[in-house]
This record gives sequence, C-alpha cells and structure tokens, in this order.
Amino acid sequence: MATIIVQRPTLKWHERWFITPFLKGMRITLGHAIAILLRKKKVTMQYPEEKWDANLPEHYRGAPALVTDEHGRERCVSCQLCEFICPPRAIKIIPEEIPSEDKWAKVEKRPKLFNIDMIRCIYCGMCEEVCPEQAIFLRKDYAITGLSRAEMVHDKTKLYEIGGVRTGLVNKWNELK
Amino acid sequence: MGSFLDNINLAFLIASVVKIVFFSFMVILPMVAYSTYAERRISAIIQDRVGPNRTGIPLTILGFKRDLSFAGLVQPMADGLKALLKEDLTPAHVNKFYYWLAPCLVIVPALLTAAVIPFGSELNLDWLAYFGISGEWLHKPIKLVIADLSVGPLYTFAIASLGVYGIVIAGWASNSKYPFLGGVRSSSQMISYEIALGLSIIPVLMIFGDLNLSKIAQYQDANGWLLLPFWGEGLTLGRWLLLIPIVISFVVFTISMFAETNRAPFDLPECETELVAGYHTEYSSMKFAMFFMGEYAAMIVGSGLAVTLFLGGWSIPFGGLLEKWTGITLTFHAGATPFWLGLVHIGCFLGKVVVFIIFFIWVRWTLPRFRYDQLMKLGWLIFFELALANIILTAAILMWFPI
Repeated sequence: MATIIVQRPTLKWHERWFITPFLKGMRITLGHAIAILLRKKKVTMQYPEEKWDANLPEHYRGAPALVTDEHGRERCVSCQLCEFICPPRAIKIIPEEIPSEDKWAKVEKRPKLFNIDMIRCIYCGMCEEVCPEQAIFLRKDYAITGLSRAEMVHDKTKLYEIGGVRTGLVNKWNELK
Repeated sequence: MGSFLDNINLAFLIASVVKIVFFSFMVILPMVAYSTYAERRISAIIQDRVGPNRTGIPLTILGFKRDLSFAGLVQPMADGLKALLKEDLTPAHVNKFYYWLAPCLVIVPALLTAAVIPFGSELNLDWLAYFGISGEWLHKPIKLVIADLSVGPLYTFAIASLGVYGIVIAGWASNSKYPFLGGVRSSSQMISYEIALGLSIIPVLMIFGDLNLSKIAQYQDANGWLLLPFWGEGLTLGRWLLLIPIVISFVVFTISMFAETNRAPFDLPECETELVAGYHTEYSSMKFAMFFMGEYAAMIVGSGLAVTLFLGGWSIPFGGLLEKWTGITLTFHAGATPFWLGLVHIGCFLGKVVVFIIFFIWVRWTLPRFRYDQLMKLGWLIFFELALANIILTAAILMWFPI
C-alpha cells in the first residue's frame, strides 16, 4: 500500500494564533452581509409575492388531473390501472357503464367516481405513465391547500376543471373512425 | 422604627425605582428580545439569506388586503408568546426543585449585574420647574446608575460568576447525559476564563485608581477614552504608551467575555453538534427561553462593562474635541449637565452597547467552534500569562508616567 504523506502548510505565528485567519473570516462574512444589504446579490425569493412559475420545467410534476378530448368526451375509460399502480393508493375509481343512447356509447365505460386524495398523492407520475388512454396528466399546479381532509380530495369535477382539454395523441374512440 | 423611616430619602427611593424599571425592564429586556431578532437577521445576511422579515400585524385576518410586516420587527413578541404558550414539560426523571431553580439562577445574576453600570451621566430635571412643579429634589440631578457602588467591577464579577450555578444545576438536575456534559464543560470553562477576565481589567483599574464605574466613565469623558485618548489628559505621552497594555487587556477581556457568556466560538457547553443542546436539552417552553434570555442579558451587561471600562461609557465619541471646536458643552460637568446632554449620553451608551452586540453576533457567525483542549490551553496558558504580564507592564509604565 502506497503511503501518501499529506503536506501540511507551515503556518506563520500569526496564523497559528488565529489573528490573520480571524480577520480574513470577518472580512468574508462582512462582504457577504454588505452584498446582501446593498442588494448586489439576491438568493431568496419572497414566495407568495414572487413565484417561480414562469421557470417551471416542461416535465414538472404537479397535481394530477383528468382531461377531456377535443370532442368534449372524457378520455378516462375506467380501466383502473392508475388506481392499481398508485403507490400511496391515493386514487379511487368506481366505473360506470355508458348508457346506449349516449353519443359515446361504444366506449362502454366511464368513471362514475374518480377521487384523488391530494393528502396521499406523492406526485410520482405513475398514473400518467400507466394510462393507456392518456387521460390523466400531472399539471403544474403545486400549491394544493385546503382547510379539511374532505377538501383535499379532488373529485371528478375538480379534476376535469384542473385538467381541461387535451387534443391529439389518442383517436381510437373518435366517431369518425 | 420611626427614625428608620425618617432616614429614608423618598426622592432617592423613587428615583431608584424609576431607574431600575427603566434600565432593566425598558432597556435590557427589550434589548434581549431584539438581540435575538438581530442575531437572526444578521446571521441571515451573512449567510446570504433574508431572515425573519414578515412577522407583523396580520391585517388579512381582519379582512384587509395586506399585512403590516414592519420588516419582521414583531418577531421577538411572537417568539415570546410562543414560548409562553408552549407546554411546560417537566420530565419525570429530573430533580424537580433544582430543575425549576436553574433558569432563574441563569437570568437573575445577569440582570443584577446591570445595577452598577452607569448608563448615562446625569439627568437635570430643572426644566420641570417651568411646568409649575416645585421641590428640592428638582435641583439635584439624578445620577444615571442604579447603585453607585465604589466596588463596581468586583460586584459585577462576584454576581456574574453566580451565573455558572444556573448552568451547572441545570445540567445536573436534568439527570441526563448531554445536559450533564454541557454543565461540566460550562463550569470548567467559566471558572477558567473568570481568572483571565478578572486579571485583564486590573491594568485598567490601576490606571484609574478607582473601582467606581461612574467615576471611571467621568474620567474618560474628560480625558479621552482609554482606547481613544485624543483630548484632555489623553494627549500625554504616558496615556499613549499605556495604549499597549490597554489594547492587550481589551482583547483579553473581550475574548474572555465571549467564553464567559458561552458565545461562539466558545459555546462548547451548548454545542449542537456534540451535545444536542447542552445544559438546556431537557427544558421546554419559557424555561428554555429563560436560558437564552440569561445568555443575552449577560452579553448585554458584559458589553456594557466593556464599554464603560474601555470605550468611555456614556461619553460622546470625540466629545472633548468637538466641545473645543464648536464651543457647545458636550462633556459632563457635575451638576450642570443640561437635560438634552443627559439624554444624548444615554443614547451614546446604548449605541456603543448595540455596536458591541453586533460585533458579538458577527463573530458568532464567522468563527467555527474551538476544540475543548484548545479552549483550555488558550485560557490557562495564554490569557492567564498575558494578563499577568500586562499588569507588570502597566505598573512599569505608570511608574515613569504617572496619571
């Protein structure tokens, strides 16, 4: 085994007695303090007034939400894959048959109840990845707050409200086909 | 009994009570509160952060658009309220009596030592006569020191060293290993540094030949501060030669005071990385806050003592020079100091103390902690010897250049 002898710097007497290191340290901290006081350097963002929203990356994972397609059809077909894959079991789905007189009867199913418990959700994005219909997406909303547990459960209306309309990608249920 | 009551000077009694209430409750305690705020803000700007800048009056609760934040100046009040409202837990395994006694023993000596520190020259209340108030007491200016003892620094050290009991008892009564280690460290550290602290001011007392702190401040007001001898007798060769031992004793005194008040870089009794929180690990709510109050009060009083001994107490910086140039009375004249000058003197004293506290905070957020053996070596092998040699040096200088 090779031995490495660490070269220690030889300290002068004033360095050994902390005189110059003390002054150097005081100068460094004073420099930082002055730079902040004169606003030459800005590190902290004053959160509620200033937000980072404009800089959120494209792949940012915020609140999961359901989307409708360009014809106003809800994309979710209640396959419940997201419910099964969800690691914290935040999603609860009760499927429902689409009545035959409905415009989208050939789709067969839609969610009767689609709840995401935002207290449990860990924003992992697995629901988005697993969805065969591309119906659930993670949006950029991150400040999800509520005054009660019940308020923190996003139901279908709320999820569609956050999600909005997505066009493209999936066309297999379109009437034209 | 009647004769005893006759001997009590009522005006003196009332003046003393007013001074106690003013100095300890309207100056020191708010200063304690605001030095915690200053500590947080200054540490923040040193570390490129912002610090508590929001705590204010929450007007939005009442339906207004904006909160009033006052740059977070209400933070100490919020902290105090939080400390008071928290659960005051007494663990089952502690020695109840000493556990409750310790926080008081920390804060009481720190506040008691404030008694001998002159926080201003004197207040002339003559002007009250214009408002139709009369009385003999009006024409006796009030000395702005709570107890004008002739053994000022001795009293301070005697009482301040009682502070170690609070910490040792807290460490021992907690019946837990980290507080115990903190208490042991603290006691050895405070006892070691008290020697250097006491010896370091002996040169100063030799120069003044007096232990009365208000007389010390008056001398410096008339003849230049010990560290700033620019007017009066301060311009003699002897005073300038004495600057050498004075600078040494000032450095030794300041550093020993850091150790005495358990401040960084000597905060080994409460060092978070090794001992959780040291001697106050087992404390909660207001009892916990009282340890902090005691530490900050000791810091303020220590700064006050350093200011009085070395930096001219309440005297105006370059006051003697300015008086000579402008012709306005800026120095103290017994019994003839105008009222406004008395107020300016109080302001000067408080300003100097504030600067000192900011220095304390600045050092805390600059230096890393000492190792324990380094601390002991510094105390016993360097400061002790340095202070002793300094006494001899001062005596030698005073022999040829008597003051």
